[in-house]
Amino acid sequence: MRIEVTVDGVRYSDEVEPRLLLVHYLRDRLGKVGTPIGCDTSNCGACTVLIDGASAKSCSVLAVQADGVEVTTIEGLATDGELHPVQRAFREQHALQCGYCTPGMIMASVDLLNANPSPTDEEIRHGLEGNLCRCTGYQNIVRAVRSVADGDPVAAETAAGAAGTAEVTA
Amino acid sequence: MSEEVDAGLVAEQIREHPEQIDQPDPTKHVGKPLRRKEDARLITGRTRWTDNINLPGLLHLAMVRSPMAHARITRVDVSPALERPGVLAAFSGADLADQLGVLPCAWPVTADMVHPDHHPLAVDEVRHVGEAVAVIVARDRYAAADAIESVEVDYEPLPAVVDMEAALSDEVLVHSDKGTNKAFLWPFDGGDYDAAKARADVVVKRRYVQQRLIPNAMEPRAVVVEPLTEGDEYTVYSATQIPHILRLMLALTTGMPEHKLRVIAPDVGGGFGSKLNVYAEEVIALVLARKLGRPVKWTESRSEGYQATIHGRDQIQDIEIAATRDGAILGLSVDLKADMGAYLQLVTPGIPILGAFMYNAIYKMDAYRFRCTGVFTTKTPTDAYRGAGRPEATYAIERIVTELAHELGMDPVELRRKNWIRHEEFPYTTVAGLTYDSGNYEAATARATELFGYDQLRREQAERRERQDPVQLGIGISTYTEMCGLAPSRVLGSLSYGAGGWEAASIRMLPTGKVEVVTGTTPHGQGHVTAWSQIAGDALGVPFEDVSVICGDTQSSPQGMDTYGSRSLVVGGVAVHLAAQRVVEKARKVAAHLLEAAEGDMEFDGGTFSVRGSPDAKTTIQEVALATFAAHNLPEGMEPTINAEAVLDPENFSYPHGTHLCAVEVDTETGRTRIRSYVAVDDVGNVVNPLIVEGQVHGGVAQGIAQALYEEAVYDPDGNLVTGTMVDYLVPAAPDLPDFTTDRTETPSTSNPLGVKGVGEAGTIASTPAVVGAVVDAIRHFGVTDVRMPCTPERVWRAIHEHDSDGGERGAQGTIAYGGQQTATTAGGAE
Repeated sequence: MRIEVTVDGVRYSDEVEPRLLLVHYLRDRLGKVGTPIGCDTSNCGACTVLIDGASAKSCSVLAVQADGVEVTTIEGLATDGELHPVQRAFREQHALQCGYCTPGMIMASVDLLNANPSPTDEEIRHGLEGNLCRCTGYQNIVRAVRSVADGDPVAAETAAGAAGTAEVTA
Repeated sequence: MSEEVDAGLVAEQIREHPEQIDQPDPTKHVGKPLRRKEDARLITGRTRWTDNINLPGLLHLAMVRSPMAHARITRVDVSPALERPGVLAAFSGADLADQLGVLPCAWPVTADMVHPDHHPLAVDEVRHVGEAVAVIVARDRYAAADAIESVEVDYEPLPAVVDMEAALSDEVLVHSDKGTNKAFLWPFDGGDYDAAKARADVVVKRRYVQQRLIPNAMEPRAVVVEPLTEGDEYTVYSATQIPHILRLMLALTTGMPEHKLRVIAPDVGGGFGSKLNVYAEEVIALVLARKLGRPVKWTESRSEGYQATIHGRDQIQDIEIAATRDGAILGLSVDLKADMGAYLQLVTPGIPILGAFMYNAIYKMDAYRFRCTGVFTTKTPTDAYRGAGRPEATYAIERIVTELAHELGMDPVELRRKNWIRHEEFPYTTVAGLTYDSGNYEAATARATELFGYDQLRREQAERRERQDPVQLGIGISTYTEMCGLAPSRVLGSLSYGAGGWEAASIRMLPTGKVEVVTGTTPHGQGHVTAWSQIAGDALGVPFEDVSVICGDTQSSPQGMDTYGSRSLVVGGVAVHLAAQRVVEKARKVAAHLLEAAEGDMEFDGGTFSVRGSPDAKTTIQEVALATFAAHNLPEGMEPTINAEAVLDPENFSYPHGTHLCAVEVDTETGRTRIRSYVAVDDVGNVVNPLIVEGQVHGGVAQGIAQALYEEAVYDPDGNLVTGTMVDYLVPAAPDLPDFTTDRTETPSTSNPLGVKGVGEAGTIASTPAVVGAVVDAIRHFGVTDVRMPCTPERVWRAIHEHDSDGGERGAQGTIAYGGQQTATTAGGAE
C-alpha cells in the first residue's frame, strides 16, 4: 500500500506492507533510529512519537494508519537548532541516565504538558505511566516536567511545528 | 588538585547556592553537579544503539526457541524454513556444534564444581524454556521472524524441576550425565558459630526467599557482526557492558584469534548486570558472519529476552542470629541455596559468593558460618543483577536484626547502634575477613532519622494501632553497607575468579592542549564521560569542556575490565586520576626545562607550572603539550610525549554505607501498601558529581522497591515462565514509586587517593529490606513476622488474615497466580 506521511517536517511517499509497524517504518525505512523499541507488548513507551501533535506508541500503529498524518519524532522536536524546553529540562534535571526511554519519555511529556500545562506531581506521574524508565526512578523526570510547567507555561506549546517541509519520494 | 577539594563543602555550597552550579571554574570540577556531556545526543535522538546499525548486505537472525522446559531433541528439520521468501539459511544446533563451542563460565567457585556444557544452540537436549535450538538467517527482520514457526523440532518431554529444594533430591536431573543437581557447596567459617550460639540467650531463625527477578534494561540485547573485507577480521557490535571481556571470551569460545576481533559497545541502554555476560546469540552471530561472509544482526524482542537473558536473585536464605539478652550479637549462620538455572553463565556461581562476605554487614560479632549450595533447575540461568549477591545478603541481615530487636523488646535502631562498628574503629576487619575502609554509621543514621521524623512516625504508628485504624503505619530500617569496586586481583584469585580486577586509563595530551581520556570502563547510563572529564580536568588543570572520553571499543580503548560491581569510579575513575598525575609529572620535567628551573622548584596549580619564588616564570600544561609535540627543546634524553597511562589494581574494596528509612501505610482491609515516605542518607565517600550520585540512588532505590513490592519471575511446575511478557511482569511506572528524600554524609574512602566509593548498586542493596521491613512492621501486631516478596496486596492481606477462620483456610492453599506458594512463610520464629 502507498502511504503519504510527513515525518519531522519531511514528506514521504512510500509503498509499505500492510502489517509494517510505524516504528519499523521510521527506523528501517526512513532511518529515523532516534526512536527506539523497548518491548513487544506496548508497555514501555520507548517508541512514543507525536501523531498530529498527540503522543502515540509507534509500535502500536501500523504504517498504513499513518497515511496522511504528521509524525514528530525526537529527532524533529528541536526547531531551528533550539532544543524544546522539555529536552532542555531533561538535561538540566538529570532526568535521563542510559537514555533509552528518553525519546519516548520526552515525547509523552510534551503531550502531557500540551494537555495540562500546569500538572501536579501526581498528574505528571499518572500522565507518564505508559512510559517505563529503569534508570531514574522517575523522580528527576517528574522534576523536569514540573520545571517546564513552572518556568515557562507556554513552553509546552506544540512541538510539531517543524519549519520548512521538504518532499522525498521513494 | 582534586584530592584537596573538600567535596562535602562543595556539595554544601551547591545546595545553598544552586545558581552557581554551571559556572565554569577550571580548577574545581569534582564535587559539582555538572550537567552531563552525554545528554546532548540522547535527548535529540542522535543515538548509536546496536539495533540502529545498518550495513550493506545486512542479514537478520531469528532464534527458534524451545517451548519446553526440559526435553530431548529427537529431530530438527530447518528445510521448510529455507523455502520461505527472504530466508537465506537456517541451522540447527547439530549443524553448527563444531563451530560454536560452549559458552564460558569464568567463576568456578570450587574445584569440584559441576560445570555442564552450555551449547549456544542446544544439540540434543533443552533445559529451559527459551533455549535456542535453531537459527534463521533472512533478508529482513520480518522474514526471519516469519520463518521461525516453519522449523520442525520434535521434542521428547522430560520432567521439569523448578523448585530448588525439590531439585536437591535429585529425583529429576537437569543434567542427567552429571548425576546431581548440586552445582557446588561453598563453605566459609569465621570463628566458631556453635560456640557463639551456645553462649547466646536468644537465637532467632528465619527463612527468607529472594524471588527471581528479570533485570529489564530498557534496551533489549542486540548484536551486529561485520566481517571486514579481508575476510578473517570481524567487528562485533554488542549491547554489552563488557566489550573487553567479550572479545577475549569470543576468541576462547570460537577459537578465532583474539587480534582478529574488535568488539564495540556503542550506546548501551542500561545493563544492571544483564549485559555482563557472554551470550549464545553473540557467539552465533559471529560464527554465522564468518560462515556466510555477510554482516548479521540479531535483536531480541522483550518477551524473548525474558527467557534468553539472565535472571537475578532466586535464593532461599535460612539465617540464624545469636545474641545476648542485652542485645549483643554473638554470631550469625547462613545456609543459602542459590538457583543457578539450567546452566552456568559467565559468573553465575560467583553471585551468591559475592554476598557471602556481606551478611555480617555493619555489625561486630565473634562468629559467622556460611554455607552456599548452588542448584540446577530447568529455568533460565541466573547471574549478576544490580547488587549481585549483596542485596540478598543485606536483605536477610537487616530483616533478621529487626526481628531480633522485637524478640529482645528493643528499638531496632537502638539494637543496630549497639552492635555496629563505631566510626573511630575504622579500618575494621570483620568476622568475614574483609577490612572496611571507612564509615560513619552514627552520622548517617542521625541524619536519616532526623529527615524522616522517626520519633514522630513511631508515635503516629502507636496511635493508629491504639485506635485500630484500618490503615496501619509501618517503619522499615536498613543500615546497609556494601562492598564495591571489584576488585583487588589477589582477592579475585583467592575466590577462583578467572580474571583480575584492575582497570586501565590513558591520557593523551593533544598539541592544542585538548585532552583525550581513554578508559577501560564501559558506561551504559552511568555518566562516565562527564565524571572522567571532571576528574581529568581537575588533575590536569584544564577546562571540563577540553576533555573527551573514549570508551567501549577494544580498538580505541585496548585495555579494560569494563563496568559492573560499582567498580567504574573507584577503579577506573581513580586510574584516570593516576594517569593524569603521571602526565603532570612528565609535564613538570618539560616545564622545568623550558623555564630553566630545577624540577624540584616547580609548582603546579590550576593547569599552570610556576617556579617557586619567581611567580612570573610560568607556563601552562597546554603550552607544555605543544612544546612536547614540537619536541624542539626537551630535556636531554626525554621521549617526546607527556602522555601517560595507569593500570590500577585496587588495594582494597571500598565500602559505601548509609541508612534508609521507609514508612508505609498498609490498608489492612485490602492489603494494599503505599509508601508514604522514603529517606535515603548514603555515604559514598567523596562525590565527583552529586547530580549523578543522586540519580544513581534514585534508580537504585526504585529497583529495590520493585523487588519488595512488585516484581517476580514466576514459573509454573512445568517450567513455563508465567510472567513471560512485560504485561505480566510488573516493572514499576512513575505512579508506582514515591518521591525519595535523599541526602549524604561524606566519609572519604581510604582505599583510593580520590576518597571515593561506588554508588551504582547502593540504592538497590539498601532499599528492599527497608520496604519489606516497613510492611511487616505495619502488620506485626497481627502476628506477622514475614511477607514473601513481592509484598502484593494479596500476600499482605493473606498474611494479616492467616489466623482468621476464612483467610487462614484460603491462605494455606495459596494461589496459582503466585506459583502456588503459601503467602507468608516464616520458618522457626524466635526460639
